[in-house]
Amino acid sequence: MAGFLLRRLGSLAFVLWAMTVLVFAIVHLLPGSVAHMILGEYATNEAIAVLEAKLGLNDPLPVQYWRWFSGLLGGDFGQSLTMERPAGPVILEALGRSAVLAGVSIVLVAVIGVSLGIHSAVHKGSATDRALTLGQYFFIAVPEFFWCILVILFFAVWLGWLPATGYTPIADGGVTGWAKHLVLPVSTLVLGLIAHVSRLTRSSMLEAIESRYVLAARAKGLPERLVLRRHALPNALLPTITVLAVDIGILIGGIVVVESVFAYPGLGRMLVYAIDNQDLPLMMGGMIVITAVYALANLAADILYAVLNPRIRVGGTAA
Amino acid sequence: MSGAAGAATPARRRLPRTLVIGLVVVGVIALLAALGPWIAPHDPDAFAMRMRLRPPSLAHPFGTDEFGRDVLSRVLAGAHYSLLMGFGATAISLAIGVPLGLLAALHRGWVEEVVMRGVDLMISLPPVLLGLLILAVTEPGLFKTILAVGLVYVPIMTRLARAVALELLAEDFVEAARARGEGAWHILAREIMPNAWPPLIVETALRITFAILLGSALSFLGLGPQPPASEWGLMIAESRPFIAEAPWIGLAPGLCLCLLLITVNVVGEGLRDLLDPRLRGRGHG
Repeated sequence: MAGFLLRRLGSLAFVLWAMTVLVFAIVHLLPGSVAHMILGEYATNEAIAVLEAKLGLNDPLPVQYWRWFSGLLGGDFGQSLTMERPAGPVILEALGRSAVLAGVSIVLVAVIGVSLGIHSAVHKGSATDRALTLGQYFFIAVPEFFWCILVILFFAVWLGWLPATGYTPIADGGVTGWAKHLVLPVSTLVLGLIAHVSRLTRSSMLEAIESRYVLAARAKGLPERLVLRRHALPNALLPTITVLAVDIGILIGGIVVVESVFAYPGLGRMLVYAIDNQDLPLMMGGMIVITAVYALANLAADILYAVLNPRIRVGGTAA
Repeated sequence: MSGAAGAATPARRRLPRTLVIGLVVVGVIALLAALGPWIAPHDPDAFAMRMRLRPPSLAHPFGTDEFGRDVLSRVLAGAHYSLLMGFGATAISLAIGVPLGLLAALHRGWVEEVVMRGVDLMISLPPVLLGLLILAVTEPGLFKTILAVGLVYVPIMTRLARAVALELLAEDFVEAARARGEGAWHILAREIMPNAWPPLIVETALRITFAILLGSALSFLGLGPQPPASEWGLMIAESRPFIAEAPWIGLAPGLCLCLLLITVNVVGEGLRDLLDPRLRGRGHG
């Protein structure tokens, strides 16, 4: 297990380092001067010279990269160009708020998705199973940004139950005010993912139910409930963990969209803001942090998988 | 043996009804998209300030937007963007990914190592982030969005092509070709490719849905075609300030996009059931 962990941590560090190179290269090697991009096409030459000096853009690229990279290692994300404050705290605050969205969503997706999937598999061919299958087709294909429009229209405009956009800290609005602003973004985020997870849980559960070990468990006279819970379910849930890890990638994409629509001040909206305003330190830092979160989530899924599946764990240690 | 014989003659099996319906609907949408500029009842970009935010009527079946432009005409004129993004991006990921995958399969050793580690790296980035990164620093536009979406899906295609080729390279008929002294090109063109296409077609068909989704999401964020283009994601984004008084501006392109995505997905899954029965009933995780 220790060897497995060590190898995985090593590849995580490599991915993060490679991402810093990639982000830096794309920002600095593409045609066009960075200062020009920030100031717009009508900038005077003096203004460009001043900004280039301020950002150290005249240094050789490896020097610039090293300055940025060594800053990152020390937790310094540089100075935000549009907010006149260090990018690090801005990114951290936004990350915290996004983590709330993502955390609530992934728990809901896991619990509801897996339960629906098991229900469908156990009652295969029933009316609910067919309704759920049809619903999955629909929910997987509808884009998140269109869901946003639909739920705003329905719950905020027509019913007037919930605020359409914005965010209230607990300190200002209390827990209810804070939670009210979470309902619509979270429900938009989870709809498609619940469909995805429940669909894959259904197929892996069906595979388990039709397997020989379940047949054996039934043959020795175990009650059906125990057969499902002790024999089918643990095996059916293994692939679901991998699916959940994949879904975290989709969730991150969804968060970028959903935060923009609902004006929720998280990491995704910050990233789009930084891109729109060409705030490079904020943008580059945000991308590195999102990559790190994604890599850590995948690592967590791998560890969970290894813990639940002894075959991988033994193989991993031996290799 | 019977399984192999069945897989070799997929065309003889009857086409499933859902696949036919899906193909027809996608075909109709493609036709409407191609004819869009000619069959649109009004000029999609013409302002008519006295006709602002009119609800759907006979003259304007989908209503008018904040500039009095006819929403139906705009939806028709914008249909080709989604199709171009879906098919164009998938074509790019095929064109780059498949040769890379085949290369990795044929040249075991350092070539394979470099290609596959690069693929691992790209897969460990969230897809939207990769797209955003490419679009962040350049002027947005249709072709850049297509390219960005295409690059996002290159690693998946590379992995698939390599896996398929490796499986085929272990087959007896490839062994026979080697024994006859055929060169690498002959084996690739005559033995591998003819047998590799079913799984590649299936993945391509399923990928198109995701490419349309990602492309329209990027446009929605302002990183695709620019106004006054009537790309559907962009139209939905622009409709947001008027959502309470004129919901039809966003609903019309949104529902069209959903219809397109659902039918493209139905076609993809239908093709999978037809060409790759082993995967039937599985989702695409």
